[in-house]
Amino acid sequence: MSMSRATRTPARTRSGQWAAWAFLAPVVLYLLIFYAYPLYRNVELSLRNYTVRSFVQGDAPFAGFANYAKVFADATFAPALWHTIVFTVVSLAFQFTIGLALAVFFSRNFRLSATLRALFLVPWLLPLIVSASTWSWMLNSESGVVNAALSWVGAGPVNWLTSPDWSLWSVIIANIWIGIPFNLVVLYSGLQAIPSAVYEAAALDGAGPWQRFWRVTFPLLRPVSAITLLLGLVYTLKVFDIIWIMTKGGPSDASTTLATWSYRLGFGNLLPSFGPGAAVGNLLIVMALVFGLVYIRVQRRQAAA
Amino acid sequence: MRRLKTAAGLALTAVMLFPVYWMVNVSFTRDQDMRKSPPYWFPVHGTLDGYRAVLEQQGPYLATSLVVGLGTVALTLVIAAPAAYSLAKLRPRGGGVLSFVLLIAQMIPGIIMAMGFYAIFLTTGVLNTVPGLIVADSTLAVPFAVLILTTFMSGIPEELLQAARVDGAGVMRTFVSIVLPVSRNSVITVSLFAFLWAWSDFVFASTLDQGGAHQPITLGIYHYIGNNNQEWNAIMATAVVASIPATVLLIVAQRYVAAGVTAGAVKD
Repeated sequence: MSMSRATRTPARTRSGQWAAWAFLAPVVLYLLIFYAYPLYRNVELSLRNYTVRSFVQGDAPFAGFANYAKVFADATFAPALWHTIVFTVVSLAFQFTIGLALAVFFSRNFRLSATLRALFLVPWLLPLIVSASTWSWMLNSESGVVNAALSWVGAGPVNWLTSPDWSLWSVIIANIWIGIPFNLVVLYSGLQAIPSAVYEAAALDGAGPWQRFWRVTFPLLRPVSAITLLLGLVYTLKVFDIIWIMTKGGPSDASTTLATWSYRLGFGNLLPSFGPGAAVGNLLIVMALVFGLVYIRVQRRQAAA
Repeated sequence: MRRLKTAAGLALTAVMLFPVYWMVNVSFTRDQDMRKSPPYWFPVHGTLDGYRAVLEQQGPYLATSLVVGLGTVALTLVIAAPAAYSLAKLRPRGGGVLSFVLLIAQMIPGIIMAMGFYAIFLTTGVLNTVPGLIVADSTLAVPFAVLILTTFMSGIPEELLQAARVDGAGVMRTFVSIVLPVSRNSVITVSLFAFLWAWSDFVFASTLDQGGAHQPITLGIYHYIGNNNQEWNAIMATAVVASIPATVLLIVAQRYVAAGVTAGAVKD
């Protein structure tokens, strides 16, 4: 976030500081009560041995890192981590590639281009439960339209959501669909910032469209691309709704990621294990923050450049 | 050539929006045609049964979502607008650190916040209440709102504020009668997104309001699916109705939406 400070803003005075912080007081209190405190409770959950009863009475025994040890030793840990990586990397690769292709396609105005570009935002704006349940029905083994289309071209039906070989790919497909609009819009606005004179010069030098893309567009778009991918990474790591609604992480953990595993541990069973659930959640936070900090660093460097 | 591009654009959009079309198509399909193979590509024997089910069963859910959405907008603006004014114009010492904290806060996965909130709400008795859900949903929007409004308010010309000061307006007065009206567009953008995120929220609803007397529409749909309900026309009809705010938003506020999507990602 670049904040341009005009030189003519009044100097910092003591009374000015009071006023400034009075206006900030609500948000500071808000952050303390509704961000810091829940996060603290989450860390506490992960370090104690909570049950539903001790939750209410507040006398859960201290367990140290036992919950973390339990999580690391769990048979679900390795697959959940692997699925998180596959889900994130494959989603990002396709979202970005398709988004970039579409951004280039839309970058030259044609009739209806603005309207169509707006329509492309729809998947991003729909509630995730709407998208996820629509995809669930489209990918239904017996009655889904996707299998109907496959049989039309002579391919056999696929058990998209019920086969362990396919469920992860099913949720990835849905997630790519949801993420394309974000990539398209951001990359499109990045393209608009490239002066057309650069293209004209390249065209004069005899560069064809393909060369223009790889020699001009792509390098000049690198900063925006980096930001798009990093932000996408942070967002994708925490995707939970789509997977939970479509497959609940199943069958037999085949599409379980760290986010859905954490939810299942804490809320998905009749006997919740809050401690391990919170421990998985905290691992996820650490991952998100590492990439989040990289994102902020890159963005600041660009803003300064 | 240009006409060819328009045709290609139409084709691409059709492919992209096919799931949306399919949702609408299924919402009009009769029960007995639901498992027909191959399916009807158009609602040839269209029925309104699905929508009748929505009217009969989903009204309270929709009302709750509306209340939660509006409450989230109000809470978000009350917290974020003064903060943004301060960060943009009053030069608080430590403001940079606060902006940084907000950026970080935006990246915390909702599922983790949900678990912390659950622990707090359970002991304070706010679990399964609408105000609790509003508070939780507002965490989706507050950091974004402060950052967007700050960027915008930084662009307000200093002369405007100085003129107000010369006329004897205090900091508060300047904020209410100058900064807020001038920032109307960004306030609208922030409100739209806060509403949409609260309306669409599933993580907080399913963890903090699962046993509530008033539940939002996302849980309405989820219960439909979860009950092993085979009336997919009713499920999809509910999904169509739940998509109305997003659609309205796109039609009436398209430029705000695009601005909101790129905000924070692109240097302006």
